[in-house]
Formats: sequence, C-alpha cells, structure tokens
Amino acid sequence: MTLQQVAPTVPQAEENTVEGQVADILALYKGEQSELIPILQRVQGELGYLPELAMRQVAGFVGVPDSKVFGIATFYAQFKLVPTGRKIIRVCRGTGCHVRGATRLLSELEKELGIGPGETTPDLEYTLETVACFGSCALAPIVVVDDKVHGRMTVPKVRKLVEDEPVSSQG
Amino acid sequence: MGFEKIRTEAMSQRKAMQTSPNARVLIGTGTCGMAAGAGDVLESLESELAKSNIEADIIQVGCIGLCYAEPLIEIIKPGMPSVFYANVTPELMSEIVSDYLIAGNPRADLALGTRGEGTLDGIPQLFDLPVLKSQVRIALRNCGNIDPENIYHYVASGGYEGLRKALKIKRQEVIDEVKRSGLRGRGGAGFPTGVKWQFCHDSPGTTKYIVCNADEGDPGAFMDRALLEGDPHAVLEGMLIGAYALGASEGYIYIRAEYPLAIQRLKVALKQMEECGLLGDNIMDSAFSFHIKIKEGAGAFVCGEETALMASIEGNRGMPRPRPPFPAQAGLWGKPTNINNVETWSNISAILRRGADWYAGYGTEKSRGTKTFSLVGKIMRPGLIEVPMGITLREIIYEIGGGIPEEKAFRAVQTGGPSGGCLPASFLDSPVDYESLAEAGSIIGSGGMVVLDEDTCMVDIARYFLAFTQAESCGKCIPCRWGTKQMLDILEDIVSGNGREGDIDLLIELSEAVKDGSLCALGGTAPNPVLTTIRYFRDEYEAHIFEKRCPALACKSLISYYVIPEKCEGCGICARACPAEAIMGDKRMVHVIDQDRCTKCGTCFEVCPSKFSAIAVVSGEPVTVPLEPVPVGSKA
Repeated sequence: MTLQQVAPTVPQAEENTVEGQVADILALYKGEQSELIPILQRVQGELGYLPELAMRQVAGFVGVPDSKVFGIATFYAQFKLVPTGRKIIRVCRGTGCHVRGATRLLSELEKELGIGPGETTPDLEYTLETVACFGSCALAPIVVVDDKVHGRMTVPKVRKLVEDEPVSSQG
Repeated sequence: MGFEKIRTEAMSQRKAMQTSPNARVLIGTGTCGMAAGAGDVLESLESELAKSNIEADIIQVGCIGLCYAEPLIEIIKPGMPSVFYANVTPELMSEIVSDYLIAGNPRADLALGTRGEGTLDGIPQLFDLPVLKSQVRIALRNCGNIDPENIYHYVASGGYEGLRKALKIKRQEVIDEVKRSGLRGRGGAGFPTGVKWQFCHDSPGTTKYIVCNADEGDPGAFMDRALLEGDPHAVLEGMLIGAYALGASEGYIYIRAEYPLAIQRLKVALKQMEECGLLGDNIMDSAFSFHIKIKEGAGAFVCGEETALMASIEGNRGMPRPRPPFPAQAGLWGKPTNINNVETWSNISAILRRGADWYAGYGTEKSRGTKTFSLVGKIMRPGLIEVPMGITLREIIYEIGGGIPEEKAFRAVQTGGPSGGCLPASFLDSPVDYESLAEAGSIIGSGGMVVLDEDTCMVDIARYFLAFTQAESCGKCIPCRWGTKQMLDILEDIVSGNGREGDIDLLIELSEAVKDGSLCALGGTAPNPVLTTIRYFRDEYEAHIFEKRCPALACKSLISYYVIPEKCEGCGICARACPAEAIMGDKRMVHVIDQDRCTKCGTCFEVCPSKFSAIAVVSGEPVTVPLEPVPVGSKA
C-alpha cells in the first residue's frame, strides 16, 4: 500500500505531525521515481531536515526500498539528516575566498562555536556550514549568516559577528 | 499571439521608453550586486525620487560583469549619453539624484563612464576603459542592459530572432550552421557542438531530450549564474533552437539549488514564453512543440558530468556510468539526449541570429568565438568577463583585471577549477584557447580564472583542490575514491611539515593511476592541479619537504609570528586583539608572542598599526627576540 492511499485517512488533528506534513507534500506528486529528489527537497524545505520516518514515508510513496532514499539523502550535500540551528553560518570555500583567507575564518568560527563544519551547537542556535562558492568572489572572503552576505571578512570581524548575533537577534 | 505581434509590441515599448521624458535608472541587482549592497541603494533611490517628486523609470538589470564596481548604476537622461556610477552607496545615490537627475550635473568625479552617443566632459567612454576595451560580448550580450524578467526587453534586443530563422530552414541546415560557427562546448570539454548535435540527430528514435547543464560547481566560477540571472531568454532560445534541430520535444534545465535567483528568473522566463507562444505546442505557429522542466540539483559536484547528471534527473544518486553508449545514443530514460552548458546555449541563439560566419570571425582557427571567465583572486578588478579566444593571459590579467593589488608579485593563474592547473608567469603571453592551455597542462574548463600572488602557496592550492575533488568523488571508481584520498594525505603531510623524500614522485605516480583508472572527468582531471604545480613550482614542494619552509608564508604549521623588538612601540593593540591570549607585554613594553600558545590566526598581523608594522611572519628561519617583554627602546 502506498502512502498516497493512506494520506487521506490522516486525521485532521494530526496534520501538524511530521507524518501529516509529509503526506500533504506527497499529495502534490505522482509517485514517479524522477520525483524522488524534488520530494525530498520539499520535505526538507518544510521540516528543515529529513527525519528517518519521513524518508521511510517517501520511500513507500515512490515505491522504492528505504535504502534507496537513504542513499540519495546521504549522497547529495543539500540533504540533512539532523535538525539545523536557528542561525546558519556559511563560510564560502571558493577559490577566490580560499586565497583570501577563508580557512582562517572557518577555524575561528569552529573555535568560537565549538563545532565543526556541518555541525550544530547543542542549544540549536548555530549551524556551521561551508559552501563551494557563492559566486560573490569580488567580495572575498565571504561569510553568510542566514541570507545576509558579509563580504571582505577578517578574523576579528568574524568574531564580532558571532558575539553580536545573539544580541541583535533579541531586538 | 503571433511572434510578429510580440515584436511590434516590444519595439513600441522600447520606443516609448526611449522617447519618454523620464530618466531611466538601471541598477544591477544580481546576486553579486545585492551582496555588495544594491538593495540599500535601490531603497535610497526610490525614497529620494519620491521625496523630490520626480519621475524616473527604475529598471533592475543583471550583472554587467564589473563586480569590483558593484553596486553599479546607469542613468539615462533623455538626449544624453548614459552615465555609469560605481561603488554607489545610499548616500552617494542621494547625491547623484539631487546633482544629476535634478540639477543636471553629471558629477564627473563620481562617474565611471558613459555609453551611447555623445560625450560628457571629464567622463570617459565606458567601453574605452581598459576593463572593457578588449571584451567582446556575445553570450553575455544583454547582461546588465535589459530587465531579465521582461521578455519584451529581450525581444526588442533581437531576441527570438535566431529561433525564427531556425524554424524557417531545415533541421540539418541548423546543425550545419552550428558546425560552421566552430562553436565548442563551453562546459569544459570543448567538444564541437555541431558534431555532438549531429550524433543525437542521427540517433534513431522519436523521443529525444535536450538538457541545459546549469550545475555550475567549480569553486571560483559564476559565469552561468550571472548569465541565467541577467539574460535567461538567451539560454532558453538556444535550447529551443537545439530542440528543433534535433527533433526533441522535451527539455530539462539542471540547475544548482544554490542559485535561487537564477531559478526564479528562469521560472518567470518560462511563464512569459508560454504566454507568448514561444513554449508549448506549435511554437511560433509552426509544427514544432517543446516543453521545458527545471530540475534543481541537490549539491553534488559530480552531477556536472553528463551521465551523472542524467542519473540525478532520473531520481538516482548522481554517479557516472561508462560511455559508450553516449547520451546521444542512450541518454535520459534510454532515449537520445543532447546536453549543453548554459553558455553554449546562449551562443547558439546569437549564432542563429547573426550567422555562423559572424561568430567564427572571433577567436582562433581551432577555438572560435568568445569565452566567459570569472576573473577572481588577487586581482584589482575582479569580475565576469567575455573575451575573444586567443587573447593572452597577460591582457586578461593586467589590462582587463588591472593587475595584482598592493604591488605584489604575480605567482600563477589557475584556470579550469579543480580540473585545471596553475600556470606560472612564463605562460602570461600564451593565447587562451583550448589547445594552448591543454598543452600547458591546464584547461579552459568552464571559465574559472583565479589569479594568485606571492602570498599564495602553490602546494596549499594543490591541497585545496584535491580536498575538494576528494570530497566530491562519488566513490564509484576505486582509483578516484582512494587515490585522491592518498594524494590528499600526502599533501596534508607536506603542508604541515611532515613531508618525506619521495613524496613528489609518489604524487606523480598516484596521479597517473587516478587519471587512468577513473570513469569520468572528475577523476580523470582531479590530479591536474597537483601535476601542474609540481611541474612549474617543484621548488616550493621541495622547500616544504626538505627545509620545512613555506616560501609564501601561508602554511600555518610552517610559519611563526614574531613581534619585531625594534619596531614595537608597546601600544598593546595586538595583545588585546589576540584571541589566544598569547601576547605578553604592558604599555610601552616590547610585546612578545608565546609561540606555544599562538594559533597563528594572523590577527596581530592585521591589527598592528601600519605605522609600526611590528609583526613579522617567518618560515624556516631563526629569529632572535626577547623571551620576556622588555621596555620599548631597550636593547633586546
């Protein structure tokens, strides 16, 4: 039995559960294998990451083994299997940024936050990520906090960024 | 709506704009413009206009390529040449509105250049500036000039004229035209586009697919993003022409999810095409029908490879497969498929409109036409450029790019991203074409061009690219999966001072194995950055291995920071800034860095006032400094 058939029976009250949210998304698709990646992208867009149950649900809907969905979710860098922090700090590791000192910015952030790239602080405040290239190389090196691009960064500026961020977010 | 009607509408809209008494303000709001602060400038512009009660048409355009000058605005007053202003801030914007738009003073002191008929005192012609003089814009012809979200702007600039011409001739004639143009694939491999088309055309079958590869993944490259953001229709028109020529009725654009603005622009463009009868059934009232779907990539560099890209579209892990069969024989879902890169498609629409001979008039005998590059790194004027093939690296770096900042020495230029190589100064006068760069051990690639100066360690650059390809290897071929890992381990050892005799030979040996034993171009070219740096900068490898010294003073493990006793005035700025609390010393005392605590973050070097310049970085040489702080002026 596929989830498409199950979906309509999800009770109203459970609509906000992960299962309900995923079912709502699945209702928009036909269940073809070529939709697998778009579905996962949408699920992650909604939930922030891909919980195991959601992946199983998607596998059932598309009619492929769970391992296939897990394989895709772990192959592509975009997919996350754990929740991310409220703020996502992304350090550009493009060549333009690299030759202008991105590595030093990254190690400073690792030290300040106590986490490595791809990890989230235990209080779920920050996730630290690296990206291959933002294509804003003229402003290298670049650090992006959520969607705000900070160009021409230095170690002191990066430190200030993390120190200032929680305060400014309260306001 | 017939195409004639659309063109009439487009021309009348353009005429109305040109004859309007209102000034036009063009502002670059591509990703890079916004990153530089174009959003705030736009707000300032709107509020100033409202305050002073003047009417002006604001047009948001894509990137003209002068990244160093962003935020960039262009003001066109009726009867005047247009004036460009660079690095505009909200404050400058308000000055420009009151001085030029209202009072009529074009502020030559702020202007970058003019465009169009007429001149203004004290302002050069924009295209006479060294940064633009040798550029030829074919793929990027409309970027920065038109509103990418308005199909009429594109049509008024000759858009869809190439498609109209193509639909009037036989399919084979379209392919012949592309062959005659000499266009080669701009995604990296440089395979002749017309020949590739012919393979797909000749493959039996009624269902065929066209794919636009917009999975631009090279770090340091953003040509395709800027093109899709600035002129999506140029790419889409090219796809339509290809679809007609090859008999395809369905197409895909495979684009990185990291490019949200480009995706949005494509969606807007596709909708407008449908409304104008340029997409769907019976395009331009002909028998030709075509549909396009957007597929967002999920972040895998290997998906730039054709067979991996197709696997990803089909909903699988993006892993390459052996060829043959080639995509032209058995591609998406086993059907003949033709994949071209964003820039290639944009060239196609220009070639069909203006003719193969016109296009072939640019470039060299074997590399016709133009190529876009993202010129970045240690360069005065980073930007997106388009130049005729055959131009020298020197012209690109010193004339267009303005040379290296801070009077530093040129060390190398890296082309082709992780698949390319680093070329030293002896290649500065080499022509940029497919053959010359390949001969030098590098490639043109998709168009990343990163300039490196004396502060860049060539071993570290090789390590950087290897770390990238090693992480992006899909894991299918063992020589790629493990070979790049072994190579990376060796390079990590070398940059951290643990290099051993024989490492260089081992790297070369592994490189050959990885190249020979990998199915796709990712593994096949991954060793290039290592091989070229060994070939041209072997002495740097040897300095790291045998002398434990990094000549560029870049490798953390091999450098030390010191306070120069004769120069230190004991101001204390470095000690306060040091995040590791590794700097000792009170006011008016010569400061001392505790080498055990120092994390080599370089903060002290950055914050030490330039009038003192008391921080030194050294590698592999002994330094005599006091062990404890001593009063300023006393002998150490």
